[in-house]
Amino acid sequence: MSISEKGNPNALANAVSNLDLDTPEKPYLDSNELIINMGPQHPATHGVLRVILKLDGEKVLGTECVIGYLHRGVEKIAENRTYTMFNPYVDRMDYCAAVSNGLGYCEAVEKLMNVEAPARAQYIRVILTELNRIASHQLWLGTHALDIGAMTPLFYTFRDREEILKIFERYCGARLTTHAFRIGGCQYETYAGFEKDVTNFLSFFAPKIDEYEALLTTNRIWLERTKNVGVISAADAIALGVTGPVLRASGVKWDLRKAQPYANYSKFDFEIPIGENGDTYDRYLVRMEEMRQSMRIIEQAVGGIPEGPIMGKVPKVIKPPVGEIYHSIEAPKGELGYFIVSDGSTQPYRLRVRPPSFVNLQALDIMVRGLLIADVVAVIGTIDIVLGEVDR
Amino acid sequence: MPNFVMSYLGSTVTPGQAGNQFWALMYVLIIFAGVSVAVMAMNWLERKALAHFQIRLGPMRVGPHGLLQPFADALKLMLKEDIIPTEADQFVFWVAPLIGLLASFTVYTVIPFGPSQAVSDMNIGILFMLGVSSLAVLGIVVAGWASNSHYPLIGALRSSAQMVSYEVAMGLAVVSAVLMTSMNASGTGTLSMIGIVQAQQQQGIWFIFKFFPLGFIAFAIFAIAMVAETNRAPFDMAEAESELTAGYHTEYSGLRWSLFMLAEYAAMIAVSSIAVTLWLGGWMRPFPNLLQAPAWEFIFSLFPGLTFAGLAAIAFIGTARMPAQSFFRVQRIGLAVFAALLGFIALLLLVIAVAGRTADTSVAARFREGIDYVYWFVLKVAVFMYLFIWYRATWPRYRFDQLMRIGWKVMLPIALGVLMLTAIVGVIVS
Amino acid sequence: MNPALNSAAATMNTGMAPVATPWFFYALAGAALISALFVITRRNAVHSALALIVTLLSVAGLYLMLYAPFVAGVQIIVYAGGIMVLFLFVIMLVNVERSSKERQFNRIWPVGLAAACALMALFVSALVKGRALFPERLVKLSEGTNTQDIAKALYGDAGRMGQYTFAFEIASLLLLVAILGAVIMTKKKI
Repeated sequence: MSISEKGNPNALANAVSNLDLDTPEKPYLDSNELIINMGPQHPATHGVLRVILKLDGEKVLGTECVIGYLHRGVEKIAENRTYTMFNPYVDRMDYCAAVSNGLGYCEAVEKLMNVEAPARAQYIRVILTELNRIASHQLWLGTHALDIGAMTPLFYTFRDREEILKIFERYCGARLTTHAFRIGGCQYETYAGFEKDVTNFLSFFAPKIDEYEALLTTNRIWLERTKNVGVISAADAIALGVTGPVLRASGVKWDLRKAQPYANYSKFDFEIPIGENGDTYDRYLVRMEEMRQSMRIIEQAVGGIPEGPIMGKVPKVIKPPVGEIYHSIEAPKGELGYFIVSDGSTQPYRLRVRPPSFVNLQALDIMVRGLLIADVVAVIGTIDIVLGEVDR
Repeated sequence: MPNFVMSYLGSTVTPGQAGNQFWALMYVLIIFAGVSVAVMAMNWLERKALAHFQIRLGPMRVGPHGLLQPFADALKLMLKEDIIPTEADQFVFWVAPLIGLLASFTVYTVIPFGPSQAVSDMNIGILFMLGVSSLAVLGIVVAGWASNSHYPLIGALRSSAQMVSYEVAMGLAVVSAVLMTSMNASGTGTLSMIGIVQAQQQQGIWFIFKFFPLGFIAFAIFAIAMVAETNRAPFDMAEAESELTAGYHTEYSGLRWSLFMLAEYAAMIAVSSIAVTLWLGGWMRPFPNLLQAPAWEFIFSLFPGLTFAGLAAIAFIGTARMPAQSFFRVQRIGLAVFAALLGFIALLLLVIAVAGRTADTSVAARFREGIDYVYWFVLKVAVFMYLFIWYRATWPRYRFDQLMRIGWKVMLPIALGVLMLTAIVGVIVS
Repeated sequence: MNPALNSAAATMNTGMAPVATPWFFYALAGAALISALFVITRRNAVHSALALIVTLLSVAGLYLMLYAPFVAGVQIIVYAGGIMVLFLFVIMLVNVERSSKERQFNRIWPVGLAAACALMALFVSALVKGRALFPERLVKLSEGTNTQDIAKALYGDAGRMGQYTFAFEIASLLLLVAILGAVIMTKKKI
């Protein structure tokens, strides 16, 4: 399904063209099919996603996503900023996982310039990125549960996410759009007590995951709402380019941290949780397990931070050689890739982002066809989209 | 006329039966005011309890511990612009909230707060309650349709299907309780709400424990169906906010929206009252037959006063625990006054309990009895109200088809089975 | 006990003393008639349905005045509550805009009028000719045991068949057949 009307989101009649409406001028309150606009203002579309649903009663016959309500032209902005100046912008794409975005960008530019961050910086990067993965999954869990009607987990996850954000704040002064990393390493040395804070968080958070699971994992209603809902097969997922937990829940063991190790992930021992059925429940389990695995990584990393510089040998003015690079990392939501074309100047000639949310959102239509309205909400939640990243 | 008014005070029947229009009207007004206050209290309590479930504080600003929040909300809603969409069906849109409100408040005419503490006792009491409370769905359906918008329409469709389906299981559960009333010495059952409670008194058992576990299963079915019937979580399909924004009242605002809320909470209290009446012994205090001695009677009659004294103590502790900054001075005084008010009520109730401790027909004794009845009834209903909040805090929302499946394929067969078994056991026992 | 209470209890025992019977009757009958008129004159089907609900409720009120609370309760539960919700359910999905623009009355309305007139004539003639059959004053039925009396008439009492047991069973069988028919017609595979 193509997003045909991205440029003209207001034209309902045009936008629904993909939905095989036999007579578009048919009055709305007819007895058969109902065209309903979910979003851009809707409590459960995680921002400004607009989904046009074609319904038969409550049954979904087809969907069409209309995106672009949060389009800020990040990729175009990149062409008019130096490499350093553009760094904070990437935080504004997936603002729930700003650290991952920064890591991907910095590593891509480093790869382009053929420099490498020093070992200490790598460790700090891994710790913060994995903390951010946990924070992102917490946000996902809270909002996903809220979409399915469980109000309380949202507040629990936000309470615990706060601890991560505090660590971010102490490290770099910002909580959400952290801008934690610089090209070539890290700007800031860890503060006194950083390791202690992180280990404290780990011991604090381990029982909290169990608390979330106690509320949801074996809850009968939760099972009924998530099992066999939004099923996507491994083949479909691969064909659509779906990555991240959504792909892994379908049974494909593909995690860039293992498949194409970046940063220094190869040094750490962790598992890649995979699901079997590719349904919403499996995606839930995969993400819960990923949080635990992230804790394992953090535990290993925080115990082994080497001494040394935190900034590599990077010139004051960043001028990568002519060339192009594609570098991708495993963001909390999936494969986050940066394709940078350099013309040798201080500004990228072209920068293209492969955002996981945008690509994963394509799977929405396959997942929800034949289900009910309530499942659309559950599936949007389970794909875990951030509209800042979808629209960029 | 004064004689006519006073004549009722010593009566043992409801004003409706006594044909006393003055007191019937008074009861209607008292119940209307009482339910409105209860809805406001419930509003505050729900927000506070839900907040504490979710590690928040809830309303804290308007009044001490947000005690005045419901008033602020009511004022805000009344002052808000009452928007009627141009494309809406103006008249139906206007009248829809009133239908729901009327239905949920009419039900209260037969709710027995005590053997004579009801507006009227009808021969068809429970039937009347079920019938009138089922009219509330009309308000929802019509509101959803009149909004001329998709989400409200879907909400209305869901709601009508849901309420019609769950009414069946609910009705069967009620019938099995009504069957139990015929286990009396007289051998005839009754549909009268007061009669049902009296039957429990005569048989010396709450119907929830009767023919264990049959009574309990019927009660459980009713307790589940009543959550669905009032559109509360986890069965709040009709207003599922994450799916249908606000369901049937998406297009409503201001006073008209608040009427829907009022109707919803009033309906919650009403169905809880049915459950209490049918299965939990209505107005009866614990062990009315076992602990019959006047001393026990006196001890139990102290409960209302002691409850209020406890509330007053909590409020006083809250006053003492408030920060000593000048910023909190007004709130401190407010809470202290509130605590004093509660304490005064407690004192008054204790005085009445002492004054009316003899079981004669004096006005004081009748008054004391009345307070006891209402107290135990309200206490039991309050437990259900708390359960409603608890459900909402704990569970995710069911999907519509799952809800219907449970209603028709699980609850209905169980309710039918329980009904038949109750009848069979009843015949064998009697 | 004081005399006022005694008299109240006395009226209760002899059946309810109807306080404002004529006024209630005229109000209810008027409401029923007017809303019934609305049912057939409104072009908007939902408005008609709402008017029909008012009619049914007014009739329920009339049943109450006839000392038939059980019938009144059943009227509210079954008709006003159940059937009308289903009616609305269906009507809501119909395109109201279109149907309200279409010509409501088809060619056979004279036939309908004739049928209505015939029914009216029947009622009037029954009223005139059968005057002797009607009681002079309101019958005092025991309101207190109304439900039990109906049960006895329908299901029988103390092992004997009631007056209407057979008719009642036949009617329920008919309804069962109708339900099965509806299920078979809508479900393609069972």
